Amino acid sequence: MTQVVKAQRHPRDSLLRSERLPHIWCPGCGIGIVMAAYADAIEASGIPPEKHVCISGIGCTGRVSGYMRLDSFHTTHGRAIAFATGLSLVRPDLEVTVISGDGDICTIGGNHLIHAARRNVDINVIMVNNFNYGMTGGQHGGTTPLGAKTYTSPYGNFEAPFNMPYLVAAAGASFVARWTTLHVRQLINAIKRMMSVEGFAFIEVISPCPPTFGEFNNFPEAIDMMEYFRKYSVVDHNADLSKIDIRLQGEPLVVGNFVDRRRPSYQELVQETIRKASGRGESV
Amino acid sequence: MSSGLPRPGVHFMMGNFACVEAAILAGCRFFAGYPITPSSEIFERACVRFPQVGGIAVEMEDEMASVAALIGAAYAGAKAMTATSGPGFSLMMENIGLAFIMEAPIVIVNVQRAGPSTGIPTLIGQGDVMQARWGSHGDIETVVYSPSSVQEFFDLTIKAFNTAERLRTPVIVLADQLVGLMWEKVVIPTAEDVEVVERKIMDPRLLSTRPPFDYSVDVNPMPIVGTGCRVNIDSLTHDERGYPTTSQEISDKMLRYLLGKIRNHARELWMYKEFMTDDAEVVVVAYGSTARSSLNAIKQARARGIKAGLLQLITLWPFPSDVIERLSQRVNALVVPEINFGQLVHPVREYAKCPVINVNWAPGSLIEPHVILDAVEVAAA
Ligand SMILES: Cc1ncc(C[n+]2csc(CCOP(=O)(O)OP(=O)(O)O)c2C)c(N)n1
Ligand code: SF4
Ligand SMILES: [Mg+2]
Repeated sequence: MTQVVKAQRHPRDSLLRSERLPHIWCPGCGIGIVMAAYADAIEASGIPPEKHVCISGIGCTGRVSGYMRLDSFHTTHGRAIAFATGLSLVRPDLEVTVISGDGDICTIGGNHLIHAARRNVDINVIMVNNFNYGMTGGQHGGTTPLGAKTYTSPYGNFEAPFNMPYLVAAAGASFVARWTTLHVRQLINAIKRMMSVEGFAFIEVISPCPPTFGEFNNFPEAIDMMEYFRKYSVVDHNADLSKIDIRLQGEPLVVGNFVDRRRPSYQELVQETIRKASGRGESV
Repeated sequence: MSSGLPRPGVHFMMGNFACVEAAILAGCRFFAGYPITPSSEIFERACVRFPQVGGIAVEMEDEMASVAALIGAAYAGAKAMTATSGPGFSLMMENIGLAFIMEAPIVIVNVQRAGPSTGIPTLIGQGDVMQARWGSHGDIETVVYSPSSVQEFFDLTIKAFNTAERLRTPVIVLADQLVGLMWEKVVIPTAEDVEVVERKIMDPRLLSTRPPFDYSVDVNPMPIVGTGCRVNIDSLTHDERGYPTTSQEISDKMLRYLLGKIRNHARELWMYKEFMTDDAEVVVVAYGSTARSSLNAIKQARARGIKAGLLQLITLWPFPSDVIERLSQRVNALVVPEINFGQLVHPVREYAKCPVINVNWAPGSLIEPHVILDAVEVAAA
């Protein structure tokens, strides 16, 4: 006798546009883990979903916003942080999170990233670092380790990558962390923390991309990269950020919540300027 | 305590300043910019004036960021604007396309300067006419207004916000260095006398019975963040739910809807002024500052016994095709002077039923009336 089993709803279904499933990501891709962690953090944040806004640029990771049942925006390549800045200046009460790839956030959008960190814009940025441009089939970018093979570095990448936490901390961010897709619990907590930080909050999430990066760099299966994370990750919240660049050569992969500090946010300062100026419009 | 609104009455004001006062009266409370000659006075004055009326004016890291920030601000509920010139306008093209597909009502002011690339930053040009229409990839429509005086710069800035809100689309005010930096008389009306169009906002309760993007309607109401709409707004071609699609059928529907918002309203959008065209045999078709020297030229032509007139185009895009077609049927020739080497003359030629003579003038100064007069005389001969 056949038994009809009603599929259980996932506890985060109400935060996802489940009617859009199946998603576009490859088997073994790490982006789904990050999206689920984001959903868990929203749940744990105590901030109602209609007060969350998710903004992405373009890329595989850029698709996250469209799967979240929130006010969501899938913008242009690299410009999500600038878009988020305008939006959150007008509505500083909303919890604005940018989720996008390393190419999007660090490379084409790198200028927006450092300036948003410098201004201490009160938004959250989750950068999924899979060391390459996944969406366009695997080219190198600003986070690709030296020597790595991609379609545009066929003889090995000869460009030194950015050490992202070091860069963003130096630019002035209020919160800076790095985790991998193996550190789910820590990642959820870090995202939850960034939602209560008043200032620019940045998390780099190291993530497997088996078909376009792993395949050519000794991580052909997702499990290979997860195994690497397990073997080499070292949690050090007080790490010297200048020494935590990633080479994927078996050196310690330093993760942690590195920076958590308070200085006035951009939104607060803009509001203060309005207070200073208002009523002064004797004008023209 | 002052309301911060501009004082109504007669003022002597720089065009770039008048633009800011108009924006304030139109309800704009968000400015994001990056300085560039000859538009910087707009940005600088916005930084003084916007906070006085509770508005925000911020400096971004470049013009791509400025337009991205405007779209974000628009979706947060604000009326938003930026101002730029040539090189900055080029950088804005990608996100003007984003504003078009995301249906974000934003206003972009381009105070045109001379020449390609960095050109001559401090001098006049009219070389961005085609770029304002065709500069962003993938088949878009833009609404473009061109002022020829400080008063028109003021009036058209208000108009631009109203059109942007009504059609939920980016609108461009294509000024030029002369109009931007010139000081002239401008009459500022009281706030009550200014017609201000407010945005149609999506009621989240309606979303249980209707999709956020109904491609069969004229213009969809806009979902604003934080109101419970939870709609996906996408730069990818999207279906009626706002979800990405590669369906050619939906692509066709979406584009017809987006383009239709402007094409179906073209006639309402067309603005132009006619001078002495009733009995004219030769008509000069001009826009922006060039309309000023053209007016002088046709007056000189009249003094010499030539029945000359002027059609000043204020709406450049969507192109006022019928206006040209109608006029060209009762004149002998049209003369199109531009401070470029031939841009708006092309659509004029497309619709004209009579010969069209172009007068081209290197960017850097206003076309001198005698140059236009020469062409009018040739056309009349
Ligand atoms: C202006 C522009 N240039 C190039 C592209 C093509 N493009 C799409 S996604 C992408 C790279 C995405 O890489 P990343 O941000 O690392 O995301 P991933 O796919 O790896 O998650 C590129 C170059 C584009 N969409 N827009
Ligand atoms: S290409 Fe890489 S990043 Fe993109 S979906 Fe596949 S595994 Fe994920
Ligand atoms: Mg990537």
